[in-house]
Formats: sequence, structure tokens, C-alpha cells
Amino acid sequence: MSEPVLEIRNLNVAYGLGDQAVRAVRDVNLTLHRGEVLGLAGESGSGKSTLAYGLTRLLPPPGVITGGEVIYHPDGGEAYDVLALSDAALRRFRWNETAIVFQGAMNSLNPVHKISTQLTDVLKAHDPRMSEHSRNARAREMLKLVGISPDRMDAYPHQLSGGMRQRVMIGMALILQPQVVIMDEPTTALDVVMQRQILGQLIELRERLGFSVIFITHDLSLLVEFSNRIAIMYGGRIVEEAPAAAIYRDALHPYSAGLLGSFPALRGPRRELTGIPGSPPDLKGMPTGCSFHPRCPKAFDPCAGNIPVLGRPGTPDGATRSVACWLHPTAQPVGR
Amino acid sequence: MTIPTSSIEQVIPAQGAMAQPETGKPTKAKRQRFRFVANKKAATGLVILGIYVLLAIIGPWIAPYDPGARGNDLVQPPSTEHWMGTTHLGQDVFSQLLTGTRSVMFVGFFAGIVATVLSVLIGVTAGYVGGKTDEALSAISNVFLVIPALPLIIIITSTLESAEDWLIALVIGLTSWSWNARVLRAQTLSLRRRDFVEAARATGERTWRVIVFELLPNLTAVIASGFVGTVIFAVLSEITLAFIGVTSATTWNWGTILFWAQGQQALAQSAWWWFVPAGLAIAILGTSLSLINFGIDEFVSPRLRSAGKTKLKTADGKTVRMRIGFTPVLNNSAAPHTHATPTPVVPTPVAPTPVVPAPADPQQKEVAP
Amino acid sequence: MKYFLQRLAFYLFTAWAAVTLNFFIPRMIPGDPVQSLVTKYQGQLSSQAIEALYVLFGLDKDANIWQEYVAYWKQLFSGDLGLSFTFFPTPVSEIISSSLPWTLLLVGITTVISFFLGTGLGILAGWRRGSWTDGLLPVTTFLSSVPYFWLGIIAIYLLTGPDSFFPSSGGFDSGLVPAWDQYFIPSAIQHSLLPALTILISSVSGWILSMRNMMVTVASEDYITVAHAKGLTDRRVAMSYAARNALLPNVSGFALSLGFIVGGTLLVEIVFSYPGVGFQLFQALGASDYPLMQGIFLIITISVLVANLLADIAYLLLDPRTRKEG
Repeated sequence: MSEPVLEIRNLNVAYGLGDQAVRAVRDVNLTLHRGEVLGLAGESGSGKSTLAYGLTRLLPPPGVITGGEVIYHPDGGEAYDVLALSDAALRRFRWNETAIVFQGAMNSLNPVHKISTQLTDVLKAHDPRMSEHSRNARAREMLKLVGISPDRMDAYPHQLSGGMRQRVMIGMALILQPQVVIMDEPTTALDVVMQRQILGQLIELRERLGFSVIFITHDLSLLVEFSNRIAIMYGGRIVEEAPAAAIYRDALHPYSAGLLGSFPALRGPRRELTGIPGSPPDLKGMPTGCSFHPRCPKAFDPCAGNIPVLGRPGTPDGATRSVACWLHPTAQPVGR
Repeated sequence: MTIPTSSIEQVIPAQGAMAQPETGKPTKAKRQRFRFVANKKAATGLVILGIYVLLAIIGPWIAPYDPGARGNDLVQPPSTEHWMGTTHLGQDVFSQLLTGTRSVMFVGFFAGIVATVLSVLIGVTAGYVGGKTDEALSAISNVFLVIPALPLIIIITSTLESAEDWLIALVIGLTSWSWNARVLRAQTLSLRRRDFVEAARATGERTWRVIVFELLPNLTAVIASGFVGTVIFAVLSEITLAFIGVTSATTWNWGTILFWAQGQQALAQSAWWWFVPAGLAIAILGTSLSLINFGIDEFVSPRLRSAGKTKLKTADGKTVRMRIGFTPVLNNSAAPHTHATPTPVVPTPVAPTPVVPAPADPQQKEVAP
Repeated sequence: MKYFLQRLAFYLFTAWAAVTLNFFIPRMIPGDPVQSLVTKYQGQLSSQAIEALYVLFGLDKDANIWQEYVAYWKQLFSGDLGLSFTFFPTPVSEIISSSLPWTLLLVGITTVISFFLGTGLGILAGWRRGSWTDGLLPVTTFLSSVPYFWLGIIAIYLLTGPDSFFPSSGGFDSGLVPAWDQYFIPSAIQHSLLPALTILISSVSGWILSMRNMMVTVASEDYITVAHAKGLTDRRVAMSYAARNALLPNVSGFALSLGFIVGGTLLVEIVFSYPGVGFQLFQALGASDYPLMQGIFLIITISVLVANLLADIAYLLLDPRTRKEG
């Protein structure tokens, strides 16, 4: 496997403080490698978006990061912890190294400014010496890259369609050529045709520009198709992580299997669609042990007592994947 | 005279809708009503308002003197005999203040009720029925909105032969409903598209039933906020009318006191006790009503609630502030917070695994609260 | 453009409604108000004035209400608002045109300053929640509940006196004649300071509160998070993203609150005996000078409508969504 670009170590995120705190992300360890598309899936409330915003410190109050490190490896430079950066350094880091394409582009663009303004103000903030002419040229270039005619530069967000707005957001995300692009449900608000068109374009851009992607969605079918590896989150934890094909072929965690069983396969033999019984856990009152055990069809004695660690399973492809489940014996924990 | 500051009254014309109350289902309304009283601002406001209402009822009885009775001590500063001093005729200012409370509260509440009923009728009808009715009603309320209300009230009351309290309250109520009607119309428009209203309509419920049982319960907060706002406006208007001498100078309210104080050169005589208490009484009543409205605002749009604790201590003892855009990092160590147990290498899924005594709550070891 | 024309049509409609209202109010007075005025002024009114009064109150038996209404409009268009009783036989229009500039300058300038100052402080209070600016809120709540005129009384009590820099009443030194010269202008400014300060203090708090609330509401919009994620400076996020959007409802609020503010400022003029239309209205009330009262009401309404139109134009320039093509 290629070298890591972003390593999340035991990240913990909570909403609120003290007794009132709701722990939304719990001891998450995850590594993003250079050039890969890492999918992050889970039901709503599983903590996948919280994880993404937490690692760039963008969570609104009352979100707090209660522990962990986010190690960033710049291209050919010394690695550093993003969470330890000063405000000024974090501002420089943002968008330069990691950019985000947000959920629902409807509200991601400032309604009162032209898109040209919103594209160029990033350039101005990160490179004050850049001339206005070259800023505009760069913005046009980005629009062309995502398939929008550069003469829409002077358009306001309300004059663009939903798909176009999301393209503008992608163009904006790539304008500083970041190493990592985080996409949070980037296409959920769009129709299926538009979804695939935009994602296909994104993958193509990734091959050309070589950035890595963290792709967050509840739609596992999209991930199977577009990502290299998939991490499944449940109750604030990662319960399984494996190459996309391996998850699709044989998911080890009963929850992953449940998620896969809830959408129709695009290729291959017909499967019966099943849902997952029960509802996502209440983050305030987590079940003891494995948080999935109350809903798990295969739960047995140890599940209620202890939290299983994310580790390498003893399966033949065990070296490339990890799972946190009492059904699957692990040789060694992942992370540390 | 005050600028309405309630955020739910802020209308964005381009969108026609406003901050939607985040009260989802009507069934939740009851529990939330209790939460409203638990709001510190609202509770403070309600307590102060309660005192005023009490004084309005018992004020004229507990007043030590007849407010109009002349005495021998002319323009005397506060003393044990006259707690708030006396006027140019030796009248007791404290008694005038107590007696005047009733008129102020009566006009405030009566005008508030008139305006609220009108605004609900006009605003909800316009928002719910839509079409030409909506256009006509909206036009009327917009006209009333931009015509300056106070000068209009002054002109109308000055033409009245006898300006009794209820008549003044009626005039104020009839001229000050438009703002609330506008807010209610916008709220009704947004509510009408909600699922539970659509569902009620789809099942063929009668219009009035949908309005009374589905819409109104969800408009309670907005209606209450409008009512409180109108009461503030009505109180200030009544006092203003009395102060400029449009209404009778013999029925006591706080404006009457200020009218006499101004007319009899209380300023030139440095008789501060003559005009300070009445003004403070108005300001405190106004503050309490504003506090109630803030409570309603925060109840309707939770974003406005003060975030509670905004300063946090990090693990290394520094203080950080909660703010948007920079999530505080309380502890920057990569030590795990929970003890996950490695799954055994050789499992026997059928036989129970030796269970390590697990702590009752596996989310132990909270770091730095 | 379409939006603008719509607004213009609406204001014309409102102006028509105000004029019509003005026409009908005196006609609703029960009894014979003219007779009571005639007795009040005991022979001081000329027969011509009495006749004019009968026309004003609609007691002119020869004409039906429609003819009267048309005649009223004709009068208005020729700038004729009738004759004042108190300053008989001065035309109302003359009295108003001499007092209107005072009000426009005092109220206009202070309202605009108050709006900008309050909005600025509101931006601060909304953006830095939990800092010292939170302490502003109780103070502003209290101040916005104080009646303008009472604050004026307190200001006079505390700040004026024989040795004080601030005069307690009037619009200029009594020894001066209104003119644009080096004596009159400083005196006028000196006299307007205290009334202006009174209006400013009582009206600024409303803007602070509403702007703060809008900032708080806007701060949780997605585009604010995007702006932070883009690594923009705090200043840029606060001003160009948050405040710029929060300003929109505040501007439309400005238009809608003008009526309230104007009502309050008229009272300040009364307290300070400031030679504007508010003080004039006060005098007209005392003398039951109906033509003057009505003229003043009309002129206030029209001024507020014009100010509303200006605020609408500002909104039009600020919000691109209202500038839709076509």
C-alpha cells in the first residue's frame, strides 16, 4: 500500500461537556493513503460527518474534540498534527492541504456574492501576492475543469442549478490543489443521473490531479462503485474497514452485511433486499459492549459485555482489512 | 416607539418566509411549554409582569393618598410621609404611580388583545387561503405597517370627544395589528406546506378545523410574541398620549404624572422625584415584556439560546472559547478513551468467552470535563 | 426593476390610503366641531376661515362627499393644506415647510447614525458570543424600553443648566436669525446635540439586538462553515459572509421600523422645544388646530414612505436575489 497522507489516531469528539456530553466519535483510527478514495459509510447519526468536520476543527459549538491526533503528511515535507496547529497555521492549512465539498450545495455558497468572488477570495487569502488577473484566470480555469462555462463567473448562486452549484463547489475545492478532498454527502441532493455524472467526473479529476478523497455517504452502493477502500461507522466507531471489493464480496461485520443487504446490487446475481431491524443507537445512552449487539442477528454472549477492538481478522485477506466484532478473531489491533 | 427587535419578526421579503419554528410535531408542544417557563429570561420577565399585574389590581386600594388630593407640602422631596415626594399641588407621587398602574396595564392588555385577534384573523386567513384574498389582506396590512402609527393614533384620539381608556386602547389596537399579521401570514405560509397540515387537508378536514387544531397550536409562540410586542407599544403610546395632553389629565396613568411634571416645570425646580419614578416604571415594565419576548424567541429558534458554557479548560490548563470555525481541542493526546478488548485469537462462538468483568458504563475515563 | 416598480406602486397606493384616511378623520368627528372652535376663538376667526373650516370638516352642506373628496385632492395637488388657526392666516404648508427641514436633519441624520452604529455593535455582539459584548444585551434591553421623551427629560435634567454647554431648548440661539452663516450653523448644531444623543441612545439598542440575533442565526449557515474551511481570515468571514447576509433582514427591518422611530422622535422635539414638525404638532394639538395637525400627519407619512422607498432601493442593491432578470 502507498504511503499515508492523513492519519487519524484515537480521535474523540463530543457535543457538550461533562455529564451532558454526547460522544459522537469514539477512538477512531483511520488512515488515508495518497491517491486513494476512502469511503466512509454508516446510518445517519453514526458520526461520519462529525468525524470529517472534527478532523479539520470545523464543528460548530457545542462540538469539542476531547482527544486524539490528526497527523498530516505533506508531499515531501515533515508530518505534523493538525489539531495542534495555531489558528493562523490552521487557516493556512485549510483548503491548501484539505478542502471540503459540503453536504447540500444549496447553502454552501454565499447567496449575496458572485461565484467569481467566492472562487477568488480563497486565492487572495492564501496567496496575497497573486494578481487579480491571475486569480480570475485561475477561477475560470477551475470552472472549465468542472464543466461549467467560464462566462458564468459573474453569476450569483441562485442563478445556477443544483448540479452546477455542486460543480462550482468541487471546482472551488480543487482551486488550491489540495492533497486531501473531503466530500460530505456531495451528491445526496441531486438526482441519480447527476450524481453519477459528477462523481465520475471527480474520479477522473482525481486521476489527473492525484489528490486523495474521503467520501462520506450513507449510500453504500455509491461507495462500492467509486471508492478504493471503505470504512463502516456505527455508534461513533469504525466497525469495519476493507477494500471496497472485499466489503462487497464478504462483509465480516454483521452491520456491514446489513447495510449491503439494504440496497439492490448493481451487478452480479440478484440478492434479496433486507433491512436492519431496530434503529440507530442513542448516542447519549449507548448499549454496553458492542454498540450494535441489540440489533445484531448474530449477537452472542461476549457482545454485551465488552467493546471489541478494531483488528486484523484471521481471514485469508486479513492483512488488508480490519473489523471490530466478537465473531471475528483478530490477531492484532490496528492503529497502535 | 420602540423598534421591534424580536428576531422572529424579521421578514426576508425575497424569501417570504422566516426563521421557522423548529417545533416539529404538534404533540411535543406540551412538554416544550414547560421548557419555556424554565427559560431564565422568560421567568424573570413573567415574575416582574406578575408584580405589575398585582399592582394594577390592588394599586388604587393600597395607595396611601388620593392621587388627586391636594396637600400642604408643595414640591417636597421624598420623605417618610411621601415616599416619592409631592407635586406642585402637594399631591402624593407614589399614590399617583400606584393608582396609574391600573390604567396602563388595562390599556396595554386590552389593546394587545384587540391587535392580536385582528392579526390572527387577518394574518392566518391571508396565509392559509392565499390567492386574491391574500393579496388584498397583505396590501391592507402593509399599508398600516408603513403609515406611522403614533402620529395616526394622536390624530385620531385628538378628534375624540371623550378619551376614555377603553377607547384609547381600541384605537391603539386597531392601528397596531399589522406587524403581527405580517409575521403570522408568513408563518402560516410555511406551516401550510408541512406534512401534518397537508395530511389533515388531504383527509378532508374542514378548513376551520385545520386552522384551529393544526395551525394555531403551532403558531402559539408567534402569537404570544406578537401580543407581548403590542402590549409594549400600547403602553408607550398611552403614556405618550397622556404626556402630550391629548387624553384627559384627570384619569391617572404614568403619562399624566409626566404631563404635569413637564407642564409645571419640574425640571426647572430640580424635582427629580416627580418624573423619575414614572419613567423607571415604564422602563422596567418594558424590560420585563422584552425579556418574555426573548424567552419566546429562544424557544422558537434554539440557535439564539446562549450557548451555556462558552469557556473551556483544556487538558494542559489553557482556557479556550467555543466559537464557530475553530472547534476547541481539549486534549491532544492519542491515548484511547475507552478500553476496547481485543477479540481472542481462537474464538469459540458457541461457548461463552471468558468475560472480563466489564465496568457498568464502558464509556469511562472521561477526559477533562 | 420589476421589484422596484412593484414597491413604487405599493407606496403610491399607501400614499393614497393615507390621504383618504386624512380626508375622512375630520368627517368622523361627532357634533359640530366648527361651532365649538368658533366659540373658542370668539370672533377672532374671519368668516372666510369659518367657511374653510366647514369645508375641511365636510359640513359644507352643498357638496356631496365625492365632490368634497375631489376638491380635497385638487387642493392637495396645488400644495394647499388649508390655513392654520394658531398662526392664522398663515397657510399650513408654509408652517410645515419652515419646520420640516429641522426634523429631517435631526431625525434623518441620527436615525442613519443609529442604524450603522447599532448594526456594527450587533455584528460584534453576535460574532463574539460569550465575550464582553454579551454584557451589552441587558443594558440595551433596558434602554430600548425607556420612552424617548423620558430619556430627553433626564438628559435635560442631568446635562443642562446655566453653565452647561448644552442648551435645554430650542433649535438655535434666540438672538440669531436663521441663515447659512458662521453664527447660525454652529448654534444650530449645538442645540441639536442633546436631542440627537437622546434619539441615538434610545434607538441604537434595537439595532444592536436585532443585528446580534441575525448574526447568531446566520452564523450556523453552511456557507459560514465553508468560509472557515476555506481558511479565510476571521474578519473576512465575519464581514463578507456573516454580516453581509445578516444585514439583509435588518435593512428591511429598518424600513418597517421607521414609522415607530419617527413617532418617538417627534416626542423628543416636544421635550426639547425643537422647532421641528413634532413640536409643531404638539402646539397644534394644544390649540385644536386640525388643519395643521392633518397637514403634519400627511407630511410625516409621506416622508416615511420616501424613506421606505430609499431603504427598498438599498435592499435591492444588497440582495442579488431581488435583482432577477426580467
